[in-house]
Amino acid sequence: MHPIAESQRQLVRREFFGRASTGVGVAALASLLGRDSAGASESGGGTGSPGLPGLPHLAPRAKRVIYLFQNGAPTHVDLFDWKPRLRELHGKPLPAGYADGKRFSTMTGQADGKLMLAPVEPFRQRGESGAWVSDFLPYTAGIADRLCFVHSMHTEAVNHAPAIQFLLSGSQLPGRPTMGAWLTYGLGSETESLPGFVVMTSITKNTSCGQIFYDFYWGSGFLSSRFQGVKFRAAGDPVLYLSNPPGISRQMRREWLDDVAAVNELNQQQYGDPEIGARIAQYEMAFRMQSSVPELTDLSGETRETLDMYGPGVTEPGTFAHNCLLARRLVERGTRFVQLMHAGWDQHNSLTTELYNQCRDTDQPSAALVRDLEQRGLLDETLVIWGGEFGRTPFIQGDINNRPRWGRDHHPYAFTVWLAGGGVREGMSWGASDDLGINVAERGVHVHDLQATILHQLGIDHERLTFRFQGRQFRLTDIFGEVVQGILKNG
Amino acid sequence: MTAIACRIRLFGIFVCGLLTVSAVTGAEDPIDFNRDIRPLLSENCFHCHGPDAAQRQGELALHEHQLALKAIQPGHRADSSLYQRITAADPEIVMPPPDSGRQLTPAQRELLGRWIDQGAKWGLHWSWEPLQRPPVPQPPALPQAPIRNPIDAFLRQRLQASGLSPSAEAAREVLIRRVTLDLTGLPPAPQDVAAFVQDPAADAWEKVVDRLLASPAYGERMAWDWLDAARYADSNGYQGDSDRTMWPWRDWVVDAFNRNLPWDQFTTWQLAGDLLPQATDEQRLATGFCRNHMINGEGGRIAEENRVDYVMDMTETMGTLWLGLTLNCCRCHDHKFDTLTQRDYYSLFAIFNQTPVNGGGGSGQTAPVLSVPSAQQRTELTAAEASTAEFGRLQNERAAELAALLPDWIKRQSGQGSVWRTLQPTAVRAQQQQLTVEAGGVVFAGGVNPANDVYEVEGVLPEGPLSAVRLDALRHASHTQGGLARSDSGNFVLTEIELILRRGDGQQMLKISGAVATYEQGSLKAANAFDGDSQTGWAVYEGKPIDRDHAAVFRLAEAVQVRPGDQLLVRLRHDSPHVSHNLGRFRISTSAVAGAGLELQRSAELQQALVTAAEQRSEAQVKLLTEAQQAEDAVWKQLTQQRKAAEDRVAAIRNSVAKVMVMEDQPERRETFMLQRGLYTNPGAVVQAAVPASLPQVQSQQPLNRLDLARWLMSEQNPLTARVTVNRFWQQVFGTGLVKTANDFGVQAEVPLHPELLTWLAVEFRDSGWDVKRLMRLMVTSQAYRQSSVVTPEQLERDPENRLLARAPRYRLPSWMLRDQALAVSGLLSGQRGGPAVNVYQPAGVWEEATFGNRKYVQDHGEALYRRSLYVFWRRIIGPTMFFDTASRQTCTVSAVRTNTPLHALLTSNDTAWVEAARVLAERVLLEGGGDAERLERVYQRVLCRPPVAAEREILLGTLQRSRSAYRQDGAAAMALLSVGESPRSQQLAADEHAAWTAVCLAVLNLDEALTKQ
Repeated sequence: MHPIAESQRQLVRREFFGRASTGVGVAALASLLGRDSAGASESGGGTGSPGLPGLPHLAPRAKRVIYLFQNGAPTHVDLFDWKPRLRELHGKPLPAGYADGKRFSTMTGQADGKLMLAPVEPFRQRGESGAWVSDFLPYTAGIADRLCFVHSMHTEAVNHAPAIQFLLSGSQLPGRPTMGAWLTYGLGSETESLPGFVVMTSITKNTSCGQIFYDFYWGSGFLSSRFQGVKFRAAGDPVLYLSNPPGISRQMRREWLDDVAAVNELNQQQYGDPEIGARIAQYEMAFRMQSSVPELTDLSGETRETLDMYGPGVTEPGTFAHNCLLARRLVERGTRFVQLMHAGWDQHNSLTTELYNQCRDTDQPSAALVRDLEQRGLLDETLVIWGGEFGRTPFIQGDINNRPRWGRDHHPYAFTVWLAGGGVREGMSWGASDDLGINVAERGVHVHDLQATILHQLGIDHERLTFRFQGRQFRLTDIFGEVVQGILKNG
Repeated sequence: MTAIACRIRLFGIFVCGLLTVSAVTGAEDPIDFNRDIRPLLSENCFHCHGPDAAQRQGELALHEHQLALKAIQPGHRADSSLYQRITAADPEIVMPPPDSGRQLTPAQRELLGRWIDQGAKWGLHWSWEPLQRPPVPQPPALPQAPIRNPIDAFLRQRLQASGLSPSAEAAREVLIRRVTLDLTGLPPAPQDVAAFVQDPAADAWEKVVDRLLASPAYGERMAWDWLDAARYADSNGYQGDSDRTMWPWRDWVVDAFNRNLPWDQFTTWQLAGDLLPQATDEQRLATGFCRNHMINGEGGRIAEENRVDYVMDMTETMGTLWLGLTLNCCRCHDHKFDTLTQRDYYSLFAIFNQTPVNGGGGSGQTAPVLSVPSAQQRTELTAAEASTAEFGRLQNERAAELAALLPDWIKRQSGQGSVWRTLQPTAVRAQQQQLTVEAGGVVFAGGVNPANDVYEVEGVLPEGPLSAVRLDALRHASHTQGGLARSDSGNFVLTEIELILRRGDGQQMLKISGAVATYEQGSLKAANAFDGDSQTGWAVYEGKPIDRDHAAVFRLAEAVQVRPGDQLLVRLRHDSPHVSHNLGRFRISTSAVAGAGLELQRSAELQQALVTAAEQRSEAQVKLLTEAQQAEDAVWKQLTQQRKAAEDRVAAIRNSVAKVMVMEDQPERRETFMLQRGLYTNPGAVVQAAVPASLPQVQSQQPLNRLDLARWLMSEQNPLTARVTVNRFWQQVFGTGLVKTANDFGVQAEVPLHPELLTWLAVEFRDSGWDVKRLMRLMVTSQAYRQSSVVTPEQLERDPENRLLARAPRYRLPSWMLRDQALAVSGLLSGQRGGPAVNVYQPAGVWEEATFGNRKYVQDHGEALYRRSLYVFWRRIIGPTMFFDTASRQTCTVSAVRTNTPLHALLTSNDTAWVEAARVLAERVLLEGGGDAERLERVYQRVLCRPPVAAEREILLGTLQRSRSAYRQDGAAAMALLSVGESPRSQQLAADEHAAWTAVCLAVLNLDEALTKQ
């Protein structure tokens, strides 16, 4: 027998499928499995594989991330960023000096002369921390002491797709790896039978302000495509082509795979190509996924209490509540990065109507996810982030006398996100916008800073996780980014 | 250390890694600036001491010889500040600075030192070197591996230097499968395999190659990679993702490869076909290449921002495909590494910046476009145009006949002042109100005004044709605000008008086909008064108190010949939910003239024409009379309708014809500015169209246009185009380019392992008249291509990436080719070529979920399901799910991606298309008869082009036996499996047998060998 083929065969049979995921054999095989056309000996990532050598750079505070991405941009001044002066100036023009020379979307054009719009619902101080949260979000208000609100976020793009791509990949143009891809590339995955980077999307039913989810929001850019997010679907198989064809049972598939592998091994003896061993492993992983994904999405083991906590719709695939519960189940099973995206927040003319729907759909499940992780002791090692791609203008879009059509336009100059768990301090607010919520007033956090901080919590120095492409080293944070130490425990 | 890592002695130290250029060349060679030094400087120094003037530190630049001499004393490393700085111990002084993240190894410092000592010889970057045919080496031939052409000579020499030997020739069964997949993207038919295996001719191989190059499938295979490169898709991308019809361009690409259009023309037509003298439609069609970029129709986007994006995309795509340069880095700043500046970028941008496209809108057919009808559309269009002409001719005939009758017609008209005759009521009644008749046939409604009412008016009709009925609504002081009715606003709503012809005892409802009115209030149109719906109607409120009378003319679908004594009954219904909107005062008139309008009187001009003596009538008057006469003529009217229908059909066909977006330059030159940070809002200095300053220049008095650019790209002096192009074809055949980074030939790119071979191929390609088929033939007839892909432990150890080609490459086939292979071996593959894209099997709801239901996936049926992958509809925001590791088709992509993930295995073992292919392949071998072993052999022959070895037969016949007994016990499972896919199944086959063989065929299609080019 061909010596290399023999060693590969043994790896496949004994090591790979018989040993823990961190075994040496896995490392070798996983590197084969991911071997690209270029044949570079890139190791790690993908399904059930270790990360790059030398990583993590620092002691990680979190193992996993759940990003609750709110597509379309939630209005910071109606939800989290309490600005009493907006009340006073309601219906009055934007005072000078706030938005001079600033670029807004073509819907607003120049901000001069725009009328200020008071928050739609009242705010209250919550919990011991006294964080201001609007009545729009009663459940989030209930966990205010678990959260860290960053009120001084700012970004560079004014339109959705570029801004979302900027937040997720560090670049406004499609083509760069997204955060989940960087993390699975760098750190690998802790699960052999589920993807390391999973994406789930939802949208408020019948909303008039939903934005399309482009697949580059979870793309791997120039990294190997095995690092791209796997999109779980709401209808049909959660993973495309997961189910056996009708008439082929799991038992038959098992035996069929054994036969395919046996013939492949014969070919490997003749050709000696390690790729053949990788092929056998690839099919084995697919087989595992066929049982692990249905097990993941089977909620029959969840208690009534848990289901009720996530709220209505939790058992209905495709809802944000359902996706939140699946996110918890995924991180329990070792998925590194779960990216939930909920569309409907783009209220250009529906603040007094649709904003209620978006909050109804997301408030309870988001809070439930944090509580659920905490109850299970997972919150410490899971970083949860909630936020959109920018904020919304503190001035009105629309007619101040036509309340049912009040709206706010895109606003990149100040907005709020919250973080929970993963070694981030709780019950605190960081930074501030000015008295109208228009510009950052103190401790600004740029998108690249947030990215640097997320990587930091996972034990990665954002300046050192790089990939060479087109002749230069690329990284998530471009050439910028500073870790926001002030929001970190032991920071 | 993994099995594929290796240890190589390099410059006196041990390093761990893959085979590198330096390792292959060995340490004893003299230092080569391009190979050894420039990459070091580029990687470690150019960031601050390179071409980017804005970033330059300490006024030192190391990318140009003269500038670098400031820090280098040739021959004396100790006197060279460069060497002093890189070897300094003080972290404040050492270069690169520790905080840059860059660091030179001791070996690299030593290398730089030796290079300075040897005289610091400089050189052009290798890809910038002029193209000169290098001498072909003459290494000794080996018995198992002859040298068949210069490719082998170059490769062999390098192999020899590395102490490796080439592999023996692969088996013929392996070879024919390999080359047929490479050149046509399809597997060979069993008879082609047999013919080649048995062919004793010395040129058996060349005959196979020539047959494949002449096959129409060749163009389809070659087109795929070009479509990836040209970012071809069937929709625009972005939020709306509207469809486009660029497929005639795609079909042109297939055709161009098939007829072997020389690469210089292939290039020139696509970049500048429209600018060629007397450009043909085909040459203009080719420029669709430039317009394949995405189009952003998102609300809130600024048109100019889009426009600049499109021009950048055109510029960068050209840069990647012909220059092998990553121009996009220069959008914002000078290139950190290459000798390209931001000015170079915008100078090239200026060449493409002359299109009339303004960036607005999201249409996938944004002008300029070229209409490209299909053969069928052309036939239909010809037919429709012919019938337009025919009806026109018949009209002319009828016009002549009518002209002869005109004097009589004029006589009959005389005395009639108006086209309208008042219907003098003989009886009037209302369900609720009191109707009275006033002078002049006017009817007045009195009594209590009810919520709703129905009126009837009868009168005797004048003899002759009845073509139209007119209702005049008349104001009255007693109406609300002096209006038309006693409703709240003085307005009425006529919900229905019914016209009944009474003749003797019989009566006939007259059909109304159209109406005009003096005014229609929003959706309350006159046409609603004869739509049979009592909730809709005609009303005239103009948003102010009604201050004029109104009228509506109702035209009969067909004119009626009125006989003496015929009566007309007019029924007016007021059933509107707007209560009490009943007409207060009105008059009914009738007309013989079909086109009778709202004018009460015949137009003054017409009346004048009628009373003017025949000999004194002007031409215009005759025309007026003729038109009036024709309008009453039934034959004329019918011909007019038919001609209109034919014209509409012509317009409809023209509308459905694919419109391909193509290139044009606007008449006025658009000024081009350097955009600071690449932002359209930040224009800087004006730049002129030009080619990059560091490359050979074009002499021209005029500003450069796209045609000048194309000619420059294909000129003898251009060192890049030929190299970059042959490298891409090499990648297509050998899996990896001679330069691994097919998209980057810049300073940071890999220095090729076989620079002379690359240059030789480039010169050969250029001097052959840019003959692509000849180049492909050259590569696949080399011994390097024909050798076996069996890998020995030594080869794997020494050259895991197989860059030296001591064996043939072995790698997984592209996913699109795998689908075509499955279709082909089953016999399902459709041979139909070209045309609009098709929607093949795809799991339900993929488009819908991605677009919130805006884009519905309507799967095709029948033959369309079995078209080649090339013809599958490519929606940009959610690409076809049946492919993997494909280009995104969003921007230019030239590198092949090959990964193995479980998701791919799920697809090839579960997708409908694959299971159906297995089912149909099973049916094929079952119907051909024979025993199990024979049948298995035929499955193997079709998929792998060889019979199974005994061990394989044993395993797979085991699969068969097991599946058989399972399906015998579970007939429903068998039927379930056999129901996959829409193609019918032969009823003469036993279900359990067919299902069992389906499982076996699916296994063979999923064997590594089947998925792999071996």
